Amino acid sequence: MFTYLFKEVIPLPEDIAATLMAIIQGSILVGFVALSAVFFIWLERKVAGRIQDRLGPTRVGGKFGWLQTIADGMKLLVKEDLIPGDADQMLFRLGPYIAFCGAFLAFVALPFGNGVVARNLDIGIFFMLAVMSTEVFGIILAGYGSGSKWSLFGGMREAAQMVSYEVPMAICVLVPVIVAGTMNLNTFGQQQTGMAWNWYIFHDPFTFLAFWTYFTCATASCKRAPFDLAEAESELVAGFHTEYSGLRWSFFFMAEYGAMFAVSGIAVVLFLGGWNTGLVPFKDLTDWFGELLGSKVAGWWLGNLINVAVFIAKAWVLVFVMMWVRWTLPRLRIDQVMMTCLKYLLPLSCFLLMGVSLWQVAVNPYLPGLNYVLTGAAVLVVGWLTFKIWTTQSEMPVAGAFDLRNVPAPKFDFVRKS
Amino acid sequence: MTLQTFLFYVTALLTGVSALGVVVTQNIVRAATWLLFTLAGVAGIFFLLREEFVGATQLLVYVGGTLVLVVFGVMLTAQGPFINMKTSAAEWAISTAVGLLLYTVLALSVLASGPLATAPEGTGEITSASQLGLSLLGVKTGSINSYLLPFEIVSVHLLVVLIGAAYLARAKRRRGAAS
Repeated sequence: MFTYLFKEVIPLPEDIAATLMAIIQGSILVGFVALSAVFFIWLERKVAGRIQDRLGPTRVGGKFGWLQTIADGMKLLVKEDLIPGDADQMLFRLGPYIAFCGAFLAFVALPFGNGVVARNLDIGIFFMLAVMSTEVFGIILAGYGSGSKWSLFGGMREAAQMVSYEVPMAICVLVPVIVAGTMNLNTFGQQQTGMAWNWYIFHDPFTFLAFWTYFTCATASCKRAPFDLAEAESELVAGFHTEYSGLRWSFFFMAEYGAMFAVSGIAVVLFLGGWNTGLVPFKDLTDWFGELLGSKVAGWWLGNLINVAVFIAKAWVLVFVMMWVRWTLPRLRIDQVMMTCLKYLLPLSCFLLMGVSLWQVAVNPYLPGLNYVLTGAAVLVVGWLTFKIWTTQSEMPVAGAFDLRNVPAPKFDFVRKS
Repeated sequence: MTLQTFLFYVTALLTGVSALGVVVTQNIVRAATWLLFTLAGVAGIFFLLREEFVGATQLLVYVGGTLVLVVFGVMLTAQGPFINMKTSAAEWAISTAVGLLLYTVLALSVLASGPLATAPEGTGEITSASQLGLSLLGVKTGSINSYLLPFEIVSVHLLVVLIGAAYLARAKRRRGAAS
């Protein structure tokens, strides 16, 4: 992204330019991950509140309590940072940082726009899955190093869960890779330029199913409910982070929300057209603006400004769906979690992989235009759902609307009828 | 010194120091943590050489798989809170001797291969992951031969291992027990 700046505008020696570029890109990514975590924590509270018929935060920062996370952060900063006497000091200290590094490193290969990527790796998706698998190690270390039974159980559950769910997740990722013929995430985005029927989710029935399977596995790999066995509050106090407090504790949450955005970003690039709006036919926005303005550089910046916004918005929608699922579904038991993975998701993903391979060879060349049908069906379903939600009368909580004095006293029947 | 050389030395130093940590520490999980840094450092060197595929595979297989299994095994089997390995003086002596001998062999072969001062360069010809995959599927691309037969042998071998593992871990039905 800054190659142009450092090569043409300010001529610098190659090594210094490379270092500067790395520092700038790294800071942008760290800033983005931290800021989106701040936003997501506020959103999580708001979503949870609304789903549980509450208001969520309302006071800090005026309207909507939008400064709530900052207040939370201040509280975490001044909290006493303690390490239990029984803990293994080194492992206890290292855990949060390893977890955060694993989640953060994945962003190096994630394209936010056409060419807006820190390192355009040839094997981008493989790299992202690989570094995100290191996150689990930090959590296991935290669970083991805390010297507490709750933490140990949380860490063990996390290890069992992650090792299992990585397999169907990776196989689901292979489904669009077979269709696209590349593992480069930037190429993935470029291949899906154009209207929404070019998105790989609508390519054939197998990619369509693979998206939902991937999303389920991704939710589990971020240890989000209904798969949040590692921290199951009602059973394990707080699971692997029972003994953590203050800033160290917040690193786990940065890692969790970072990983949520990363897996949603993968889903967006692989299935949902990446940074493309799905509304501009034939061309990428950068080319379109470039021709309109008569300048390639100006078109690149202007087009990618919109591209990045579209990409982030799409990923946020998926993160929102994860929150929605978390506050709607009850937690599974650990044996149910493992059964879901090994008996259902794994065979399903293998079937999808086989199916899409056959489809590419045997059906796809003879059946053009299926993606239009699938897109149309999806638009109809989404339209119908929107219509239903729009016309159903909502019962949102409004401050002061619910007055206990107007509620008739319940009639209790104290005599047990046997 | 170029940036590449500098980064190579920093990564190599970190890898070496954490490899020492693996050997010296007595606590198994701490040793696994040091091993994490060693393997991540080796992956970093692969990334420096622009062999991202090998580096990412290193991370996926060893860090995401093997190390997690090591710690998982310790958590499942440990009796006490933190287990330490007791190594006797004789074991120390033997392992030091073996290690030093191995180091000598490696150092001699490195010294014999040429001047030390140059940082390792890639082969110049960057092998992309797709080229590698195609050659594994039997398509000859560029200067890379096809590796279909070794690939098939390895995959059948892995399948046998998987079936064997499932056989060993199956729920054993006792003979004569009520069914």
